Amino acid sequence: MKLYCLSGHPTLPCNVLKFKSTTIMLDCGLDTTSVLNFLPLPLVHSPRLSKLPGWISKDGSINLEKELKECAGRVFVDSQPEFCLPERELLDLSTIDVILISNYHCMMALPYITEHTGFTGTVYATEPTLQIGRLLMEELVNFMERVPKAQSATCWKNKEIQRMLPGPLKDAVDVWTWKRCYSMQEVNSALSKVQLVGYSQKVELFGAVQVSPLSSGYSLGSSNWIIQSHHEKVSYVSGSSLLTTHPQPMDQSSLKNSDVLILTGLTQMPTANPDGMLGEFCSNLAMTIRAGGNVLVPCYSSGVIYDLLECLYQFIESANLGTTPFYFISPVANSSLEFSQIFAEWLCHNKQTKVYLPEPPFPHAELIQTNKLKHYPSIHGDFSSEFRQPCVVFTGHPSLRFGDVVHFMELWGKSSLNTVIFTEPDFSYLDALAPYQPLAMKCVYCPIDTRLNFHQVSKLLKEVQPLHVVCPEQYTQPPLTQSHRSDLMLELQPPPMPYRRCSVLNLPFRRRYERVYILPELANSLVPSEVKPGVSVATVSAVLQSKDNKHTLQSVPKAPPVAPSKKRKRVMEEPPVTMAPKPLLSGAVPLEAFLATLQKHGITEVKVEETADGHILHLQAEDTLIQLEEDGTHIVCDNNEPLRATLRDLVLRFLQKL
Amino acid sequence: MPEIKVTPLGAGQDVGRSCILVSIGGKNIMLDCGMHMGYNDDRRFPDFSYITQNGRLTDFLDCVIISHFHLDHCGALPYMSEMVGYDGPIYMTHPTKAICPILLEDFRKITVDKKGETNFFTSQMIKDCMKKVIPLNLHQTVQVDDELEIKAYYAGHVLGAAMVHIKVGSESVVYTGDYNMTPDRHLGAAWIDKCRPDILISESTYATTIRDSKRCRERDFLKKVHETIERGGKVLIPVFALGRAQELCILLETFWERMNLKAPIYFSTGLTEKANHYYKLFITWTNQKIRKTFVQRNMFEFKHIKAFDRSYADNPGPMVVFATPGMLHAGQSLQIFKKWAGNDKNMVIMPGYCVQGTIGHKILNGQRKLEMEGRSTLDVKLQVEYMSFSAHADAKGIMQLIRMAEPRNMLLVHGEAAKMEFLKGKIEQEFSIDCYMPANGETTAVTTNPSVPVDISLNLLKREMVLGGPLPDPKKPRTMHGTLIMKENSLKLVSSEQALKELGLNEHQLRFTCRVQLQDPHSDSDTLHRIYTHLKSVLKDYTIQHLPDGTVMVESIVIKVSSSAEDANAKVLLLSWSYQDEDLGSYLSSLLKKGLPT
Repeated sequence: MKLYCLSGHPTLPCNVLKFKSTTIMLDCGLDTTSVLNFLPLPLVHSPRLSKLPGWISKDGSINLEKELKECAGRVFVDSQPEFCLPERELLDLSTIDVILISNYHCMMALPYITEHTGFTGTVYATEPTLQIGRLLMEELVNFMERVPKAQSATCWKNKEIQRMLPGPLKDAVDVWTWKRCYSMQEVNSALSKVQLVGYSQKVELFGAVQVSPLSSGYSLGSSNWIIQSHHEKVSYVSGSSLLTTHPQPMDQSSLKNSDVLILTGLTQMPTANPDGMLGEFCSNLAMTIRAGGNVLVPCYSSGVIYDLLECLYQFIESANLGTTPFYFISPVANSSLEFSQIFAEWLCHNKQTKVYLPEPPFPHAELIQTNKLKHYPSIHGDFSSEFRQPCVVFTGHPSLRFGDVVHFMELWGKSSLNTVIFTEPDFSYLDALAPYQPLAMKCVYCPIDTRLNFHQVSKLLKEVQPLHVVCPEQYTQPPLTQSHRSDLMLELQPPPMPYRRCSVLNLPFRRRYERVYILPELANSLVPSEVKPGVSVATVSAVLQSKDNKHTLQSVPKAPPVAPSKKRKRVMEEPPVTMAPKPLLSGAVPLEAFLATLQKHGITEVKVEETADGHILHLQAEDTLIQLEEDGTHIVCDNNEPLRATLRDLVLRFLQKL
Repeated sequence: MPEIKVTPLGAGQDVGRSCILVSIGGKNIMLDCGMHMGYNDDRRFPDFSYITQNGRLTDFLDCVIISHFHLDHCGALPYMSEMVGYDGPIYMTHPTKAICPILLEDFRKITVDKKGETNFFTSQMIKDCMKKVIPLNLHQTVQVDDELEIKAYYAGHVLGAAMVHIKVGSESVVYTGDYNMTPDRHLGAAWIDKCRPDILISESTYATTIRDSKRCRERDFLKKVHETIERGGKVLIPVFALGRAQELCILLETFWERMNLKAPIYFSTGLTEKANHYYKLFITWTNQKIRKTFVQRNMFEFKHIKAFDRSYADNPGPMVVFATPGMLHAGQSLQIFKKWAGNDKNMVIMPGYCVQGTIGHKILNGQRKLEMEGRSTLDVKLQVEYMSFSAHADAKGIMQLIRMAEPRNMLLVHGEAAKMEFLKGKIEQEFSIDCYMPANGETTAVTTNPSVPVDISLNLLKREMVLGGPLPDPKKPRTMHGTLIMKENSLKLVSSEQALKELGLNEHQLRFTCRVQLQDPHSDSDTLHRIYTHLKSVLKDYTIQHLPDGTVMVESIVIKVSSSAEDANAKVLLLSWSYQDEDLGSYLSSLLKKGLPT
């Protein structure tokens, strides 16, 4: 069993597991942090951005002023943003049989894999994962296509040139493999390959392996996966949460007894407590509004935003923000809000109970009904006429490189009254803000990452007791910035097997058994005999049939009666054809009992001679020798086949057959 | 031989009071727990004393599964769990769990408040009963205990309706509940995978009907409504609050919009709005089209359909009223019916099945004079129309489901005996499988023949697969040999050598040595060589070696030659073999006794 690691990003994993005869891709995460190297895509012409100076190397030898722009000491690529894809050279991706998706954040690279590698398999995901994943992809495509950029910068990628660039561009890896965003057509085609699954549904893959998603508690429809055969079990743990937010709680017990547990998607903010961050978010928001400023919340259009809105629902009245408009701007804002209300099966118990009443599970329905929360597909259209300040705007993309958020950064960045509050943990806020410097706006960083922290995960692992743990190498050492915090890493016995991008791991697995089914007819013909108390054995002679990786044993068909032929005489002399080898024998032949048995069969003249290892019985009348030893019996008998057969059967009476 | 037993307590050769007991692999399961609309006495509920005469049912049932929220499938549930007594798990889908208590409460109100019955379950009992419910998701495999697992499939029929696959070891049963094999205006079609159950228990309401296309029926329905409205008549459509009602509402709503009609459409109970809310929140359970467009336009927000007030019934002019319940056996639909029955301009359209004993059933059978309570009679002058909108599979649909699931046996419930008989014949003819149709209280036992799962050592399996080649040769099957070790609950199949090792046993070698006298005027080594050539020609498929140390080996049988001291031509062959080669050894000794060919 092998694991191929195609992504080095611990929360946006992409691994391929070869297990028995199947090749299974686990998640298909797209590393979008690469876009931080690019200049933002403004929705309306931005004089500031267009006036940024081009970059020329200090000695003037390299002039890339068309491709690279300088802003506040950092250099950015002026081109449509590009993403860092999972590794495509490590193995032939067309051989992948299935892709298992754990949550909607971990499927964003799907079109690159399913559309351009010869992939012909099936993708498995839950319904919320598919629907919300589709919204996020649609949004991404929309953000890109709304502001087409004619220029596609490539010169800077030249190895010789990239070496000369200032950091962090200089250190960006595999820039040649970076790709532009896919099209809607590719998204649709990729998603048409998705087959929906429900939690705890058992999906058979080619009869060899069974996969099953389990609730992971992180987001709507998010799952961990069990990949197992009758005798081996691999657990794949991706983004999971033990906090009580909106999704169904995590199913931990089903992870027990794994041979290997692949652990990814731990919190990216191990030191930030989500509840504390939520409190800080609310108080900063209220403070800014009271001072007459606007609040910008760069966010994804599904996920934590539901919790933020729910928190605000309770907070608005007490903080006296009843009249402040809340705007949610995204091409998929409406869909995201609507979809969140129809997945009762996938929600936590409290929310499910509301649906039984019947009431919408999320309170943002009420915020919309009372006009406190308004949603718009973009800043153009209705929004521009209905827009009132001061206000709170939720919009994407959290990288601040594209989407409506770029507009608000340009609009509000110059005033210190306004605040931008970062809640998404995927991007470093300082890097995100870099192309907007200098900035007067206040910046607050309250990353909310509900995924498992190291404390929770060690507790979990203690409970589920996997034999081996595989995880990204980042989890096996403390974070670079906090090298003394040994509590911010995994410490396990045996130590976890670390992986990085392009690793190929041999998983420590010894398959020893396989399931086979004995057909009823054969089962009925078996004759068990007890060899020890509670242990019986039966010899089995059967025909093995293997079909679709399922093995059955059936009785040996009786040889068809030989057709009467002219050479009837010859037939008698034919050697035995289907010879069943005789079973192995075990035990010993006790002398006294054996002699008694011989006597019963009329063999009375027996001379017994003791030897070093046992006895030699001389059957004098028959001129036959039987050598009896602890671990063997030797019958020497000349020219008397009937006698030999009798003696054989008498000896066999005392032995066990295996 | 293991067997599966099925006993209907209700719905055996009957429609109504669905309640079927299944015993499989030592587990007892109750499928549905319904009431009968045609009775007001004891026969209303299944006879639970069949399960146990006294005491609670918990000890006798491993779980109860409810297929959907119609009262003939869940109406007896609070009585069973709270009054007879059952504390085990009750499974139903989320929508069923949401809607079922509302219908039960409705049922209770009509029975207790209107008819004044005592000794009936209370509101609190409904609540307590619902606390025992565990929600089921589609396709989720739920482990009821270590051995019993159940899985729900989409059944169409009504919101949240499910078929269930019940499995213990390698034995399994599928119960369809009520299902629909064609998508309608708001629900999708039932679907199941090729799960090959030992028994498929199917409803058979429309066992003999093959319905024309849905479009025609819809057109017919709209035409009749339209004509009645045009001549100033009133249309009464008795429905159950959830299900058909929503489908017909969608139908009328779009028709009204297209034709720009002004006559009012009303929905009788306060349930409408609430009911529509359920549809909105459980939109994932509706059909694909509604699911796809719900963000832009929610099909369950009606513009033309308004809430009904009882005073409207006397308003002049045309109108369409949806009223509950659907079989005209009580409540508002019956009240309106009484008011409108006398006018031949009016029309009642029965869009679903009516069980025997209900007024709906009577008027559909052409009865024109009805005896009402208090000895009064009611003349029925209005037009009575029947439109089969109820979403049950017809004969074609039932056959289609059999083809999908490939059951080994078929068992029909929820239908009329005569119709079942007909379908049974058809099924047995077309699929060559046994089809049963037990009456209530009658047990059908089906013997199953499960294969025995065993763990085979991978070494043995791989060795066998390599030797056997990739494709089995049907003419020359390879025989595999191994030892099955049975210890506690585990069954392991290993090679005999491994079995000895695992069990800590010593091998006991049994050997035979046989001397054969032969006259052969050659030197010893020539004789040996002649033996070699002889055996070579007789034993084609065996490995025969002539070894340099003066022996011939056939497989592992050793043959040596020596000549007697007196007569150089009298040879003594020494054959030695182990018990494992007994057949060949015995054959060789008798073969060589016959001498060598000259």
